[in-house]
Formats: sequence, structure tokens, C-alpha cells
Amino acid sequence: MLSVSGLTKNFEDLSVMKGFDLTVPRGGFTTLIGPSGCGKSTLFDILTGVFPRDGGRISWLGEDVSDLMGSAAYMQQKDLLLPWLSLIDNALLPAKIAGIDEDNSREKASALFGRLGLHDFEKYIPLKVSGGMRQRCALVRTLMFEHELVLLDEPLSSLDAITRRSLQSLLLLLQSEFNKTILMITHDIEEALLLSDELLVMTPMPMRIRERFVLEMPKAGRSSNPELLKIKEHVLEELEGDLNATI
Amino acid sequence: MRRSNWISLLIVVAVIAVWEFACGWFSIPDFILPAPTEVIKTTIVKASLLLPHAGVTALEIIMGIVLSLLVAVPIATVMFAFPSMERALSPFLVASQAVPVFALAPLLVIWLGYGLASKVLMAAIIIFFPITVSLLEGYKNCDREYAVFFGLMGAGFWKKLRLLYWPWALPYFFSGLKVGVTVATIGAVIGEWVGAQRGLGYLMIQANARLQVSLVFAAILWLSVMGLAMWVFVGFLEKKVIYWK
Repeated sequence: MLSVSGLTKNFEDLSVMKGFDLTVPRGGFTTLIGPSGCGKSTLFDILTGVFPRDGGRISWLGEDVSDLMGSAAYMQQKDLLLPWLSLIDNALLPAKIAGIDEDNSREKASALFGRLGLHDFEKYIPLKVSGGMRQRCALVRTLMFEHELVLLDEPLSSLDAITRRSLQSLLLLLQSEFNKTILMITHDIEEALLLSDELLVMTPMPMRIRERFVLEMPKAGRSSNPELLKIKEHVLEELEGDLNATI
Repeated sequence: MRRSNWISLLIVVAVIAVWEFACGWFSIPDFILPAPTEVIKTTIVKASLLLPHAGVTALEIIMGIVLSLLVAVPIATVMFAFPSMERALSPFLVASQAVPVFALAPLLVIWLGYGLASKVLMAAIIIFFPITVSLLEGYKNCDREYAVFFGLMGAGFWKKLRLLYWPWALPYFFSGLKVGVTVATIGAVIGEWVGAQRGLGYLMIQANARLQVSLVFAAILWLSVMGLAMWVFVGFLEKKVIYWK
């Protein structure tokens, strides 16, 4: 279980978080959604050790940690593929850095490339393939991390609607087949409702959880679930209300 | 041939044509300004004289480049790895360029003699600066998100350096190297002017004293060709190494 309690972060006079609490159950898929600039990305920056926190605790699997650097996989909007490496070598980076046996890792990455439709593109450099392929490669790389916890920071937001939809089902693989614990940030309410076990709606700064939805229905066929449509409308109204309040 | 290449060729042809025409029209004597045809004739006729001297200068320049690389790459890397070292070394780096090489040349000849060493060091001093500064800039220019991502993968500084910062900085490094190799001739030739027994700089001084200006121009032509060849070679190497651009 990932647990964050009493997290506080200020940027000079700006209070981004004040006693923020969050729990992600082991093996769960929790999504944060909230108005732009509410502090979601700052939360990830604190979790990954980019910014120090002013107060609070972070614990993973019951142990207090200073941050999750070195213990969480991370995928974000930018694919962060190294332009000088082939797609397969990019996917192998986590294993290479961890010093894991290269032959086994290559076999594993190659199998994942096959599953994600990248089999013929292993030797291509990122510049030569589409944005969707690059993001699929980034997903393979995420799966190659030997970490149970995965942080997803708007991982599909740079893609077109069709590519995005096809990759959403691949994101589910992280949980269903690889038993990862996932914490995701997104601006896309539909994406959040399709993928998550738990949806947390955030307030504007200082960020806190405004509402929590536990989504227990099966993930297949969610797009036409009337209950989810109601949640979608409700959340959108709240976010629009936040937006109107700031204009 | 690309349009830009045509333009370059056109400029060269136009300058040579005006020069040739002016020499004939104003009857300028060869010991003041020889015509391009005279320079080319001298280059061919005196090839057996020019070639050994050009070989010496080329050797000095190549050794200067190698020496500057051996110093610049570790220094830029140390400056990047330890910001306190950057703060400590920066004034010396700037000072090394603020002192004119003309002022250093006589000292280096006194300390290292009339042989290759003083010229190699002169060339290295000139090349060292653009390579160090460019490489350091390249390291620093690495996208922070990539560095954070490498941290998440558990990479320490030296792994980041090898897998991320160094390839990231390569285009900057090559820009610095290109500048370096084109100005490298300056260091070697100044060194040869001050004190040498061989090299194109030495030949130029000797020819100048005998008013053999066409030979001076022939040496300049050789130097230009050598500089251009090195620039083209580094450009070729850059394309091979930075294949993802």
C-alpha cells in the first residue's frame, strides 16, 4: 500500500498542499483528477523526489521512505525515449541500469513488443516511428521496471483520440497481468472512469481530496455504464465550477 | 549539388575572378599581390617544398586536437559533476583565452623548444576552450525530466553521464570541435612564426623575407585547405555519430 499523510508543500507564499492524505491499496488503480494547477503534478514531483516536501510522511509497503526514487516506475505525457537508442534498447534501459541479466530482459521486452504490436519496429529509433508507437514503447519500458508501484502522469494526453483509446486498454495490462499498484493523474474524466478502481477528485490549491468514488464494476463495458455517466457529469460540473470560479 | 553549395562556389569564383582581373588591370607586381593563377602555379611547381612543411603543420594541428580533447573532455565532465569545480575553474578558463596566443608563443618556444611540442601546445590552447565550453553547455542542457527519470530508474551520476548526459551533449561537443579545428591552424602557425625550423608558418616567414609573396599565398592556400578538410571530416564524423538527428 502507498500511503501519504499530512503532506505539506509551499512555494514561498503559495500553499500547494496542507496536510494532504492519500492511500493507494496494493494492486489498486487510483486516479487523481482535478482542476489545472491544483497541485497534482507537484504531488508527483514530491513523490519522485524532484521537490522536497515541507512536511508529512510517505510510506510504501509499510515502510517510511523519503521519496519513491528507485522504487517506482514512471510514465508521463512525454515518452522520454532516448533518441539515440532503438526502441528495444530504450525499453531495456531500466534493466540495464539495474544490472539485470540482459538476455532474459531482451527476451521479455521482445515478447512485450510482440503483444503491443511493435515487433517489427524493435530496431527503429524513436524519430522514425509515430507518437502512438513511442508511447507503446514507453509502456513496455514501464513494464520492464522491476517495481510494483507505477506512477502515471497523464501518460496518454499527447495522443490523438483513436490512438489514446487503443492504449487505454494496454494500460490496464499493468494491473490485470502485471499486478502493479497504480497511481495516475489525468485530465480526462472518461479515461479515469474506464481504467480506475478508485477516482479521487481534487480541490484547487491547497489541494485536498474533495470527493472519492469507488468503482467496483467490471472494467469491460464501462463506457456505456449509466452509473459512470452520472459520475462523469457530476465531476465535470464540479471541475467547470472550479474553472468558472477562477475566471 | 545543393543551392547553398552553388552559392558558395559562385562567391569563390567571383572573388578569384575579381582578384585575377584586378592584378592584370592594375599591373600589381607579384611581390605585392600575386594573381590567383600565379598562386596556383606556385602551389603546383613548389609542391615538393610545400608538402613536407604542410605535413609538419598538419601533424602539429592533429596532435593539438588530440591533446585538447584529452584535457577538455575530463575538465568539462569534472566541472559538470562538481559545480564547485566549475566555479573554481571558470576564471582560469576565461583567463586562458583572454591572454593572446601571440603573447604566449615566445614563452612556449623558450620552455618547450623549437620542435613540435610548443606548436602542439599552442594549437591545444586554442582548441581547448570551445570544446570545453560546448561540452559543458551540452551536459547542462540535458532535459531535467530525463535526468529525473533516470533517477527513478536508480541510475547514479556516472551511469547518467554514460547513458544520458554524454550522448545528449554530443551535438554540442561536435559544434565546439568544429570551431576548434578551424582555428587550430592559428595556434600552430603562430608557434611556427615565433620559432621553428619546419612547418607552413616557418615557410611563410622565410618566403616573406625574400618577397616570395606567391609562396606565402601558396602556404595560406594549403592552410585553408587543411582547415576546410578537417572541418569537413569532423562534419562527416558528426553525421555518423549523431545518426538520430
